[in-house]
Amino acid sequence: MQNIMKAENFPTKPASPGVQIKERRAADTTKIFEKEASRHTVGDFTVPDPRLTTRHVNVFYGDKQAIFDVNLDIAKTEVIALIGPSGCGKSTYLRCLNRMNDTIEICRVEGEIKLDEVDIYHDDIDPVVLRARVGMVFQKPNPFPKSIFDNVAYGPRIHGLTSSKSELEEIVEKALKRAGLWNEVKDRLDQPGTGLSGGQQQRLCIARAIAVNPEVLLMDEPCSALDPIATATIEQLIDELSRRYSIVIVTHSMQQAARVSHRTAYFHLGKLIEVGKTSQIFTNPRHPLTEDYITGRFG
Amino acid sequence: MQTSTLILLLAALSFFAYYLGVAKAKAVSSGHVRNLHSLPRYYGYYTALWCILPALLLLVVWLIFDDTLISQLVIASLPPEIQQLPEEQLGLFMNQIRNLVYNEAFSSSDDPVARAAAEHYRFLKHLSQRCLFVIALACAIAGLSWARHHISPKLRARNRVEKLLEFFLIASSTIAILTTIGIVLSVLFEALRFFKLVPVTEFLFGLHWSPQMAIRPDQVGSSGAFGFIPLLTGTLLIAAIAMIVAAPIGLLAAIYLSEFASRKIRTVAKPMLEVLAGIPTVVYGFFAALVVAPFLRELGAAIGVPISSESALGAGLVMGIMIIPFVSSLSDDVINAVPQSLRDGSYGLGATQAETITQIIIPAALPGIVGGLLLAISRAIGETMIVVMAAGLTANLTLNPLQSVTTITAQIVGLLVGDQEFDSPKTLAAFALGLVLFLITLALNVLALHIVRKYREQYE
Repeated sequence: MQNIMKAENFPTKPASPGVQIKERRAADTTKIFEKEASRHTVGDFTVPDPRLTTRHVNVFYGDKQAIFDVNLDIAKTEVIALIGPSGCGKSTYLRCLNRMNDTIEICRVEGEIKLDEVDIYHDDIDPVVLRARVGMVFQKPNPFPKSIFDNVAYGPRIHGLTSSKSELEEIVEKALKRAGLWNEVKDRLDQPGTGLSGGQQQRLCIARAIAVNPEVLLMDEPCSALDPIATATIEQLIDELSRRYSIVIVTHSMQQAARVSHRTAYFHLGKLIEVGKTSQIFTNPRHPLTEDYITGRFG
Repeated sequence: MQTSTLILLLAALSFFAYYLGVAKAKAVSSGHVRNLHSLPRYYGYYTALWCILPALLLLVVWLIFDDTLISQLVIASLPPEIQQLPEEQLGLFMNQIRNLVYNEAFSSSDDPVARAAAEHYRFLKHLSQRCLFVIALACAIAGLSWARHHISPKLRARNRVEKLLEFFLIASSTIAILTTIGIVLSVLFEALRFFKLVPVTEFLFGLHWSPQMAIRPDQVGSSGAFGFIPLLTGTLLIAAIAMIVAAPIGLLAAIYLSEFASRKIRTVAKPMLEVLAGIPTVVYGFFAALVVAPFLRELGAAIGVPISSESALGAGLVMGIMIIPFVSSLSDDVINAVPQSLRDGSYGLGATQAETITQIIIPAALPGIVGGLLLAISRAIGETMIVVMAAGLTANLTLNPLQSVTTITAQIVGLLVGDQEFDSPKTLAAFALGLVLFLITLALNVLALHIVRKYREQYE
């Protein structure tokens, strides 16, 4: 903790790139927001053809503010890793992207989050529809107490994606194949999903999420409850899935972030400190806090 | 010399013993408490227990045998012609003597022999009490000094005291278990006596219940019919009506409370719902008899359906209300025990709250909910007061809820309220009914607990 306090006292590097960004994108339609773009963030938080754009996101739990003015874009086919010490708000931020925070009574989200140019917090947007487009995989594998088939078929069924049983079977098979689980479970689809091993359960949850054909996949520390072999399988899966989906992954493992992600965002005490290409963040971090974290000086 | 004085004295002595024990322990510790095996207070407890327990044990044994012994001595001192009397008359005579001793004001006996014997009895009693007093105190002091003498740094006082505590804990739980076994056995044996008078098959499969017996041999009256089927159907009918009321309302209330209600509403609504469980059943009973039943009868009259003023419907409805908190509270617990991660998983896939509840939460909680419902049914079957007051005592074999029916519990009350001898089939029938009732609720409880336990294993 002391280390964190000390790190806080480091001055931000004077030539903040945030200022340059502000100038460069001055002609943008979102210039109202860009006007005082990111006082905290180092690095370019924008991408050319974004799937998701978040501007000036503040999140409050009751009176306590958990996220401070986060601006970040997420591209159409990329893996972006959110890293940072525990309690830095990366999971909270992640849960804003599919409005999972709505289920928490005291949670309040401010700012603008757009999916394909549409504000997802607009009154017209039904979070139920949104969550079908922005899927989520959780830290602990949470298969429903149903059969493997029903676990994957749950999403397509509730969204009425299929009209016939054979169509549903096709979707389930495709999802399980993409999640790399098909060969292991094809003979026992009617057995409970809770009977699988931890790594298989997590891949089942990924299959379940991609069965509804989302555009974005949010992953909240998907490997923290798994052993290294299961982790490697999931990481390979993430790599394959990134050709099709935008993937936002929260992780505590910096090696994992380095292995799977294209870009990395470093959160600290509710603020987005630095964002950039993963190779740059891990080899040449520009903010002293980032450097401290990735070199293991704290966190 | 009163026994209570003696107990107070012993308590004071053991209190004193505690300090003696602590002081001795400190004295032998050669200055450092750490040299002792246990903390000094354990040596205190050790000494105090040695002081009071043997003395108390002696006291109890003495009080148990004291009266018998004195009676024997008094009888031995009586003139031979009285000693030759038959057992019962001798007992009566002894009672007369005891009356003279204990309640002189109420005894009017002038028999000089009895008076002399009473005097002897009184003398022996005094003697016994003095002896007890002296011996118990001596025993306490002996225990104290023995324990104190044995205190050394190596004495494992804590282990000994804890061993004794453990013994007390075991004894307490044994008492509870033995009591249950005792009740079951006594019901069982009385029921067996009943089955000697009335064949088991007639009881279990008979369709007619009319327990009226002729009290005197010359009395004109039915010989009684003990077919328990009408009671069983009545019981099940009322329990079923109660569950039809309680299961949906309780379950929906639980779903609202656990899934929809804000924390503020929950903190108010849940205790209020549970207040229902605190209303004495007799209050529900007269509510059923005086409010619900007349209302139903008038309602029936208004729409042209005859409804008995003591209908199964009225009793069942009120009983249903009574067990709503039972169902809702148990269901609420199991619904809350469904891991949040399952809810998150479902919401994360874009399921609505309704889909999440019906397709994920209820199926996951179902075993627990079923277990809770079974417990509620066994509660409804065992419920007495409401049916006694609102369902009547007519043993109709019917499934029509608008008619009057009776239940096992109501009949047990009916059988035991009255002036029948204890060995008449009418009275003994209550034990047979009690046994059957016990077996039914036991089976339901075992089943329910089994289901609930199985469910718990799934998530822990």
